[in-house]
Amino acid sequence: MWKNTRITIFDVINYTLFALFTLACFFPFYYLFINTISSNDLSSRGLVMFYPQEIHFNNYIQVFKIPGLGTATLVSFGRTLIGTVLTVAASGFLGYLFSKPKMWGRKFWYRFLITTMYFNAGIIPWFLIMLKLGLVNNFLAYVVPGIVSPFFIILVKTFVESTPISLQESAQLEGAGDLTIFWKIVMPLITPILATIAIFSAIGQWNSFQDTLFLVTDSNLFTLQFILYRYFNGATSLATMMQSGAGATENLANIQTATSIRTTVSMVVVIPILLVYPFFQRFFVKGIMIGAVKG
Amino acid sequence: MGAKPNGQAYTSAAMKQFQFKDKYKLFLMAFPFLVLVFLFSYLPLYGWIYAFFDYRPGIPLSQTEFVGLQWFTSLVLNPYQMEEVLRVLRNTFAISALGILTSVLPVIFAIFLMEIKNTSFKKIVQTLTTLPNFISWVLVYSFAFMLFSVDNGLLNNLLMSMGLIEQPLNILASDNHTWLSMTLWGVWKGLGWGAILYIAAITGIDPELYEAARVDGANRFKLMWHVTVPGIIPTFFVLLILGIANFINNGFEQYFVFSNAMNMSNIEVLDLYVYNVGVVNNNFGFATAISILKSIVSLVLLFAANSLSKLVRGEGVI
Repeated sequence: MWKNTRITIFDVINYTLFALFTLACFFPFYYLFINTISSNDLSSRGLVMFYPQEIHFNNYIQVFKIPGLGTATLVSFGRTLIGTVLTVAASGFLGYLFSKPKMWGRKFWYRFLITTMYFNAGIIPWFLIMLKLGLVNNFLAYVVPGIVSPFFIILVKTFVESTPISLQESAQLEGAGDLTIFWKIVMPLITPILATIAIFSAIGQWNSFQDTLFLVTDSNLFTLQFILYRYFNGATSLATMMQSGAGATENLANIQTATSIRTTVSMVVVIPILLVYPFFQRFFVKGIMIGAVKG
Repeated sequence: MGAKPNGQAYTSAAMKQFQFKDKYKLFLMAFPFLVLVFLFSYLPLYGWIYAFFDYRPGIPLSQTEFVGLQWFTSLVLNPYQMEEVLRVLRNTFAISALGILTSVLPVIFAIFLMEIKNTSFKKIVQTLTTLPNFISWVLVYSFAFMLFSVDNGLLNNLLMSMGLIEQPLNILASDNHTWLSMTLWGVWKGLGWGAILYIAAITGIDPELYEAARVDGANRFKLMWHVTVPGIIPTFFVLLILGIANFINNGFEQYFVFSNAMNMSNIEVLDLYVYNVGVVNNNFGFATAISILKSIVSLVLLFAANSLSKLVRGEGVI
């Protein structure tokens, strides 16, 4: 404890550097946002720099009129919800099963599982197998491969092993089976770690881009991330969408431009993360620490 | 909670019988999930046979020519291919090396953040600097495009309005400093998140160590150097070793979204190269051969890093 809290040169530099880096981290979010709510005409000419001008929220209504964007939003939400539920359930259950020393061949099967973190066959062999399994242009490709995740299972197993075994034993003496013990005894105990897993899994699902790139050509299965990528890559003609998005009588400030579409879709992608971020922030320190213990 | 006397009675022959059946039941419950692991992680290894054929998509493997080790030998025998691979390896190593160099930044970030006594300022810094870790690379590219694009990007407009440049700079489609800019984007995205582990490690340092050092007359910087730094070196070391183990796995997404015709020769890391060879140019055999070599080298690196860790810390990282 510093009794004389005098401000040294070090403090000034330290505060300044942190303020600058924090600004650098936050500014892009802010910059895109003010561009989505400013006059589209000014924004597309790059004139909206530090504060919004001629504020309107029309873009957020117009953007969903772009063909395919509504579907992509549903696909992204769908995979996030279904994928997360499946992953959390499987991680909890498998983490519990692998914490039981009496399981047949436990050591072998655990290694069988964990080893998969350290190798992968490469994209071409993986793609050909996914093709054979019928997972090309299939929604299941978004949620099924991620169900069993070794890292999450390690987290749960470590967590279950840290809970008092006497609770499980006494339930067993009462005649409860393994499934009942899992559901009634273990599940309530491991909720904190399951919450952490749910957050990481949901963020991973929402941000996922590669699986669409490799496995999907059907535009009904495109995700928001993939569509956003295509808007920047020039693979889709934004001009045609602009025409369908705006009537001829609308004023210049409201007409959709390439910039307004790009920034608004970016915001649609980032807003769900910003909304849940304050709630999960307290979880991840715990999560990363448990993960760190295991390395 | 000690064992109750009548609890002992259950560890009898009947109990053992019960457990015997139980161990298969537990396995059977895990079985469907193990099948998934097999399907998605082990079965693709079977696809490695494509590295020994001149496979083209659409033609069944049985009708394609077996070429033996041709794809592997062409790496060394075909001067053009060798040059390509050397270029890709140079990119991979350079970007990984820069990544390892910048891995000290989260340490510095954590140590200096702990020197900030204003709790709310500290909290804001932590919250906002961790945020970029949770967005996708596609979105990072969207930010980069809006800020640095040649076409009305913020930076160009600012510089031009100040009269510093005449023509807009095409920063994103430029071959200059590609390795450095990729590293900087990595730092932007990962620094705040990377520091969390060290902040936790610093919080775990025994306060008595600081007290004792202070009694001995250590000033603020001496405390940092002689108490905080030694306290977090073990964490840094583990992460450094993991960084070495992942030296040739610098990922795909970041380089894919930032790549374009102008910067491809400097941004093309191994994972992106395999994609370009296999998916874009449909050369499945060669792409698989590269993947096989990459997997072998990664495993060797992983075991080397693990042995190094055992040697230095007395325990492995895997």
